[in-house]
Amino acid sequence: MVEFILLLLLLFMIIGALFVIEMDNLLSTAVVMGTIGFGLSVAFLFLGAPDLAIVQIVVEIISLVILIRATINRDIKEKAEESTSLVSRIPIFVIVALLFIFTYNAFQHLPPFGSPLFIGRLDAPANIYLQNGLNKTGASNIVAAIILDFRAYDTLGEATVLFTSIVGALSILRLVTRKRKEEKDK
Amino acid sequence: MKGMSLIVKVIAELIKGFIILFGVYIILNGHLSPGGGFAGGVIIAASYILVTLAFGRERAMKELSERGSHLLDDIGVLSFWFIAVLGWIIAGQAFFSNFIQRFAPGSPFQILTSGIILACNIAIGIKVGSSLFAVFVALAHFEPAGEGED
Repeated sequence: MVEFILLLLLLFMIIGALFVIEMDNLLSTAVVMGTIGFGLSVAFLFLGAPDLAIVQIVVEIISLVILIRATINRDIKEKAEESTSLVSRIPIFVIVALLFIFTYNAFQHLPPFGSPLFIGRLDAPANIYLQNGLNKTGASNIVAAIILDFRAYDTLGEATVLFTSIVGALSILRLVTRKRKEEKDK
Repeated sequence: MKGMSLIVKVIAELIKGFIILFGVYIILNGHLSPGGGFAGGVIIAASYILVTLAFGRERAMKELSERGSHLLDDIGVLSFWFIAVLGWIIAGQAFFSNFIQRFAPGSPFQILTSGIILACNIAIGIKVGSSLFAVFVALAHFEPAGEGED
């Protein structure tokens, strides 16, 4: 049942992505991109990952608001020149065919859907985290126990990346405004 | 009249406190139930973004100024580092060791348990909320001249 719902959600997201590519208007593109994110959030919920679903839906709302705010006053209708000749499309077909062959071969070696990979190895890190997580950290949410205790160093790097990117974006945006203000004063 | 219409303003005034409350709940219960510092911080930022959209920029700046949000951003990152270093130097263990849980373990499924996870969640929540709000203000304010100036 879950797999059927997931397939429906994937179909919904693929249709949304096709709409994003084909839309002319930037604002409607931003809105349709929101539907992909919400579909992904529902998919996380059905896969049993409520932490990811919450983060996905919240970040999707914020990015949708920012994108709409950024595109609402602009009506850019530029489309790249499309070459329609068949010869120019041969590389695309070759690449897609190769990708299909190799991913098909790779998926043959994956375990079946929904079965844990390391269930056979008792000393694998995943098993140790699941068995000793509550005793060692005291957190009943195993995701929080992993990302903030066992793997806290990764989270620290993530926070540093976010901080650096925001500092960079703010300083670049401020430079642009300062330049505009100087031009206005002249 | 700055901002949006009267209906939007009244509803935003009613609802903004509840959004912040929900964000704080998600942050403080991050180690017990789904959620955590990142999700809760984004929800808190969403509340301030709602105020910015409904009332205009000046009103939102009154509640959380740009300088204040930058300060909170720095405080969040530095306290996260500080907690990490504290486990190393003061507790004499590894970087990011959960020293509070080891010396004074709380009973599971209570709010005051799991040591540094709760503290790190709070630090990340402050950091993410204030920095996302700062980015939104920057993108909404620093627009090309003539349009969108509240």
